[in-house]
Amino acid sequence: MLNEALKRQLTAIVGPENFQDNKASRLVYSYDATPQFQSMPDAVVAPRNTEETASVLKLCNENKVPIVPRGSGTNLSAGTTPLNGGIVLLFKHMQDIIEIDEENLTITVQPGLITLDMIHAVEAKGLFYPPDPSSMKISTIGGNLNENSGGLRGLKYGVTRDYVMGLEVVLPNGDIIRTGGKLAKDVAGYDLTRLFVGSEGTLGVITEATLKLVPIPETKKTMLALYEDIEAAAEAVSSIIAHRIIPTTLEFLDRPTLKVVEEFAQIGLPTDIEAVLLIEQDGPEEVVERDIAKIAALCRENQAIQVDVAKSEVEADALRTARRTALSALARLKPTTILEDATVPRSKIAEMVRAINDIAKEYDVEICTFGHAGDGNLHPTCLTDVRNKEEIHRVEQAFEAIFHKAVELGGTITGEHGVGAMKSPYLHLKLGEEGIAAMKGIKQAFDPNNIMNPGKVFAKSERKRVVVQP
Amino acid sequence: MITVQEKKRIQTEFQDKMDYDELLNCMRCGFCLPSCPTYIESGYDEAHSPRGRIALMKAVVDGDIEPDEDVKRSLDMCLGCRACEPVCPSGVNYGHLLEQARDIIYQNHQLTASTKAIRNIAFKGLFPNQSRMRTMTGLLGFYQRSGLQKAARRTGLMKFLPENLRTMEQVLPEVPSLKQLKNRPDHLPSLVPQKKKVAFFSGCLMDSMFMATNDATMKLLQYAGCEIVIPDSQACCGALHGHSGEKQQAKELAKRNIAAFETSGADYIITNAGGCGAFLTDYDHLLKDDPEWAPRAAAFAVKIKDISSVLSELEFDKLPLELPEQIITYQDSCHLKNVQKTFLEPRQLLQSIAGAQYKEMKDADRCCGSAGIYNIVESEMSMQILDYKMEQVQDTMAKTIVTANPGCLLQMKLGIEREGLADNMRVVHIVDLLLEAYEYARQPVGS
Repeated sequence: MLNEALKRQLTAIVGPENFQDNKASRLVYSYDATPQFQSMPDAVVAPRNTEETASVLKLCNENKVPIVPRGSGTNLSAGTTPLNGGIVLLFKHMQDIIEIDEENLTITVQPGLITLDMIHAVEAKGLFYPPDPSSMKISTIGGNLNENSGGLRGLKYGVTRDYVMGLEVVLPNGDIIRTGGKLAKDVAGYDLTRLFVGSEGTLGVITEATLKLVPIPETKKTMLALYEDIEAAAEAVSSIIAHRIIPTTLEFLDRPTLKVVEEFAQIGLPTDIEAVLLIEQDGPEEVVERDIAKIAALCRENQAIQVDVAKSEVEADALRTARRTALSALARLKPTTILEDATVPRSKIAEMVRAINDIAKEYDVEICTFGHAGDGNLHPTCLTDVRNKEEIHRVEQAFEAIFHKAVELGGTITGEHGVGAMKSPYLHLKLGEEGIAAMKGIKQAFDPNNIMNPGKVFAKSERKRVVVQP
Repeated sequence: MITVQEKKRIQTEFQDKMDYDELLNCMRCGFCLPSCPTYIESGYDEAHSPRGRIALMKAVVDGDIEPDEDVKRSLDMCLGCRACEPVCPSGVNYGHLLEQARDIIYQNHQLTASTKAIRNIAFKGLFPNQSRMRTMTGLLGFYQRSGLQKAARRTGLMKFLPENLRTMEQVLPEVPSLKQLKNRPDHLPSLVPQKKKVAFFSGCLMDSMFMATNDATMKLLQYAGCEIVIPDSQACCGALHGHSGEKQQAKELAKRNIAAFETSGADYIITNAGGCGAFLTDYDHLLKDDPEWAPRAAAFAVKIKDISSVLSELEFDKLPLELPEQIITYQDSCHLKNVQKTFLEPRQLLQSIAGAQYKEMKDADRCCGSAGIYNIVESEMSMQILDYKMEQVQDTMAKTIVTANPGCLLQMKLGIEREGLADNMRVVHIVDLLLEAYEYARQPVGS
């Protein structure tokens, strides 16, 4: 709990309307989109600018009060649940586009801006910001930066990290630093920009970002390839990449996922086949036409029973939008949906899909799989019931087996959702103890009092689920 | 204040009555957030979002928090527009959760005397009782015609009313006389070769204060090829009760209506108020635990159809329709869109009117802030939502705003008054505009 003096000081910094500590307010910031994790913060604070953010951090650092920066709470690794209490920091007053620089092709924004709002503003100028996490209609840029979010276009265009040029960051001691800038080349010192992107709020608070924009592609085409065999679909993915074609998007959805997505979106997705690939290519018209024809041929070679190209942008957009609802739509089937995002090199995608199915059988759990197959980033999603303790135990064992398999295939435990609290017990699989020690050294240098999002990334030894602590 | 005793009772009832599977069905992805007017207008306060409210309900059931004033505040602040439902990939029935939670709180919490009085007059005295509703409307008519209204405005008596009530008083329609109110038809023939037999749900507010709109509705149905029966024993739909934590009364009204329409032999039961229609289609849920009434409610609910939907089905838009040149725009009725899923039909009908240019406003499907009695009990938030709505309306340069529900109609009128736009902007119910267009197209040339 915060003492009265501290509450008074925080209120003095941000104003009384931006400091809340009643129970209802604390409860609604006790969770994010990750099942099974919930913990009450002591207060919710919304600074109005960088200076107020710095004052809050400095004060909390002196008093060793944890701080959890939070965007819209769509996190899938429990990264924004305040497991150690403290303060949840909101950015609802910092949502501005500061500048769109059409000469340098950059945009400078505040962290609270909704991702899709930014994308719309950029596209209105004929420019393009590719990272498009499925939650982009809800998520904030600040959240994307801290999680290094991916998206459907990651295969060709990369992830959030690949578009960050410069940051303004408040450090736990209250210092405000600027990293990078509107520079194509910049080797002045360590690359702190890259360090902060994906740091999950454990090093400091990002208060401004300058992002790279690219020219908007001339055209795009979208297609669906239908399969009676899941592994054939996965083989097709590897085959497309091996033939030196990099589509913008190459998504995989299995039968149960298709069924629930169609139930929600009602756009005429096939539900009587085992899997589909949702494929998109963009660029100059002749290149798009040529690639789409080649991809269609490769899909057929790999046993696709049907290949359909979307007839209009409306139809294509409906397909993409439907795909983005996959995880939430799966929640229709069972009370609890737990998803992971183990990622393997693209060439191993078929092997990984096979392994996931075997593991599901071995542990007798129901796993649906969808995901960004083209970049090896799958989202095996387990349908279960949090009230069934015995089954939950098997689910955890199954996921552990999936992590082991992914690393064994040269992959990683998380491709884009972050480590958070959910995957911290498995970080050593990917990094080894030495790797973790090196990272802890960095954490210690920036945040010696461990106030920034404590309990995330680095785990206590065992996997531990947390219930609400009022 | 909610007393300790009340909190205990509320918590126990939450545990007994809230649908826990439905609470768990929310997987907290947040897809509902951008669709929630109160989340947006509160400056992204999670406590005023559907996800936040569901989390609070669940926390009360789980015993993690008490149902205190702040929890009640969060639930009270909800418009109940249900815009979160069509965008929810998990298919959470938020409206049902909200209704149940509010019912428990209001049945177990001692309200202040004045709030209780307002609720009693509205829910127990007025709405369930059509003859009292008529008398009340008659009194309003007397007030408007006798010079009392002018006197009241002149003497400044109105200053004692809160600002939005004062404006509301100005925008109430000129109501019919008591005599007109009492002579309602119970059967009307089709005026063209008959295509369907329909029953008309006349609604309490619609059949009194908005009687002209009901008459227009019936005329349109007659022109479209419907024989109409209007069962005399029907009652208020109960939506206001159901949405405000008076579920038992809503159930009684539902039973009266089901019985009234059961023998009509109609293909459809037609409504012209989005709010009523949605509640009527929910009767099967409302009475799901009543073995005698559940199947009867289900049979009733599937027949409910909005006027724009039946007109569209009967190809009313293919008939000649015309208006003097003007821009028109459409404000969705939340429940018509989010619950009855009727939103294409009204647009199709409006776009078929020659001379009128249809312009879609931004966020046409966002609530206008009327929401039953919300604009009276939560006036500050309601006016904030209305201000946003009026900005979008003005961007279309529309002369005519079309609505599909009496509450929305009054609220939009209020918006026009507040912005001082009454001279060059009007609000109409869609049926009134369609009748106007039907008749205008048939005027003798040169008249």
